[in-house]
Amino acid sequence: MAHDFSDPIGLYAMVGEFTTPEQLKSVAEEARHAGFKVMDAYSPFPIHGLSEAIGFRDTKVPWTVFIFGLLGVTLGYSMQFYTSVIDYPMNVGGKPMNSIPAFIPVAYECTILFAAFSAAIGMFVYNRLPMPYHPIFNAKNFERASQDRFFLAVEASDPNYDPEAIEKLMKSNGALEVSTCDY
Amino acid sequence: MADKRINDLFITGDQTYATIDQSVGRLVLDPKAHTTNWFKWLVVGVMGTGLMMFSIAWLLFQGTGIWGNNVPAAWGFDIVNFVWWIGIGHAGTLISAILLLLRQQWRNSINRFSEAMTIFAVMCAGLFPLLHTGRPWNDFWLFPYPNILGMWPQFRSPLLWDVFAVSTYFSVSLVFWFVGLIPDFANLRDRSTNKYGKLAFALLALGWRGSNQHWHRYEQMYYLLAGLSAPLVLSVHSIVSFDFAISIVPGWNVTVFPPYFVAGAVFAGFAMVIIWAIPLRKYYKLEHLITNRHLDWMAKITLATGLIVCYGYFLEVFFQWYSGNPYEFRLLTNTRFSGMYAKFYWALIVCNGIIPQIFWWNKARTNVWSLMIVSIAVSIGMWLERFVIIPMSLTSNYLPSSNKPYYPSFWDFGMFAGTLGFFTMLMILFIRFLPMINIFEVKDLLYKFQGKKEYVEGQLPVEMN
Repeated sequence: MAHDFSDPIGLYAMVGEFTTPEQLKSVAEEARHAGFKVMDAYSPFPIHGLSEAIGFRDTKVPWTVFIFGLLGVTLGYSMQFYTSVIDYPMNVGGKPMNSIPAFIPVAYECTILFAAFSAAIGMFVYNRLPMPYHPIFNAKNFERASQDRFFLAVEASDPNYDPEAIEKLMKSNGALEVSTCDY
Repeated sequence: MADKRINDLFITGDQTYATIDQSVGRLVLDPKAHTTNWFKWLVVGVMGTGLMMFSIAWLLFQGTGIWGNNVPAAWGFDIVNFVWWIGIGHAGTLISAILLLLRQQWRNSINRFSEAMTIFAVMCAGLFPLLHTGRPWNDFWLFPYPNILGMWPQFRSPLLWDVFAVSTYFSVSLVFWFVGLIPDFANLRDRSTNKYGKLAFALLALGWRGSNQHWHRYEQMYYLLAGLSAPLVLSVHSIVSFDFAISIVPGWNVTVFPPYFVAGAVFAGFAMVIIWAIPLRKYYKLEHLITNRHLDWMAKITLATGLIVCYGYFLEVFFQWYSGNPYEFRLLTNTRFSGMYAKFYWALIVCNGIIPQIFWWNKARTNVWSLMIVSIAVSIGMWLERFVIIPMSLTSNYLPSSNKPYYPSFWDFGMFAGTLGFFTMLMILFIRFLPMINIFEVKDLLYKFQGKKEYVEGQLPVEMN
């Protein structure tokens, strides 16, 4: 979800603070049913089922890894083929120029190298990290989002943004505190 | 709980997310958490590193002639130490990747420092073959790059596979370790009260905010990295074993080598994890996170991999006889079972074959002293295993001229002791500056175990002596 930072003034989101992952999951699910779309949840550790509750689905990382894995095996093998068959063919112990079994280990390592780096780099790119500033850090008590509190932020850019409805929804799910945060 | 006598939990005491933050984060954020003992060990490590640097400097000045390596034993301590160190690293990847894929959640408490151990061990390992080349400033020749000679590396050689395997292993382990640290950096950024510490952690956390979208892609990446690291770790030591198994030297040309090397690596690595876990949890009061059950299960894995290694020793003996190859049989009878090196072979059997069998007893798996003694014996035994394989085979070869004993020099021991010091220094610095237990994964563990009766109530930790 791209954030528009061109106008750095004004309301960013309404943020609710919760104490348990269950509360966060239930409030996220209710918010989704209530029609809110531009929202995100924040937690100190990954919570299984939260993506389903909030309605977030993304498979870009696995596809990237798959494609880069294929790229790795292709490059790894063709490098060996080019160097040992085309550019400098040399008879080693009577083995064929294209010694398939002997070329597998390097091709295999190249596959893993490419796939692993694409997984990590892909995660950073799709998550738009590193991102030193983000308006959610202005939310009240947000330093505890990496410790022991769970937050749900419904952003002001949501087409159905309605402060009263959001506050009611969060309070009814046991929010400790509901506050707004600015850019 | 099938095992009534070891009724310790994975997380003991009344823990909350805040107490986990406190007990782990304190070690990084509060300098007073480290006593003079920490400094003493740092001095030991720095002195060892100094010895290593001095040995390297003298080696570069004089050449590899200062080592005991010579024909026929052109591979000596350097390759023994390389294989030993690489093996030590394997437990870290096993814990972080394979146990993650097998949903062994208890690994969450021990994976961070085992991964650190992997990286530092691979750093120590990498030094040896790089220096073994004799002209380390030309080591870039190992990589395929377009050059004026029009030459390329020899891709049919297992030594070159090793270059790719070890460098991939190091870089992937480093990536795995770093991405695992990011959420913890965010936690430390938010908890730090020191201005510079906060800035440093804020830079390292890369703006991590724990958003669900972040976690969603993070988890996908984490499991994919684990899925990629698992075959990687198996391939690395298999390829290391190919260095030997693909040749025709007696005692090396054995098909059991790849699995037997991988099991041996995990065996040595878990022993090293136990050696570090016991003093660390004691001095830093982490017994509620690294519990007796962790030690118990690590000891069980050590025992299981030890039995696979013993099976490897048995198969070696069997095939040296069954192959009908007189050189193989002569190696068995005249070099391993008797002769000037036989004491190392029998010491290996005692250290790796006999001593770990004490882990069949529950008491031995929860007593810190027996755990420590067995782990040290295993570390020595695994080093001896590589010694038995490398110089002993090279000096008992096909030609009578090969029967010349191998004697390591002072500088061989200097390099080895130096890397031990270097490893210690890196570990000691790591426990000071980075969270040695994965904070967010332990919180996840705590969350998953709440509501499961057997993990939270009605059980007391076993007494430790």
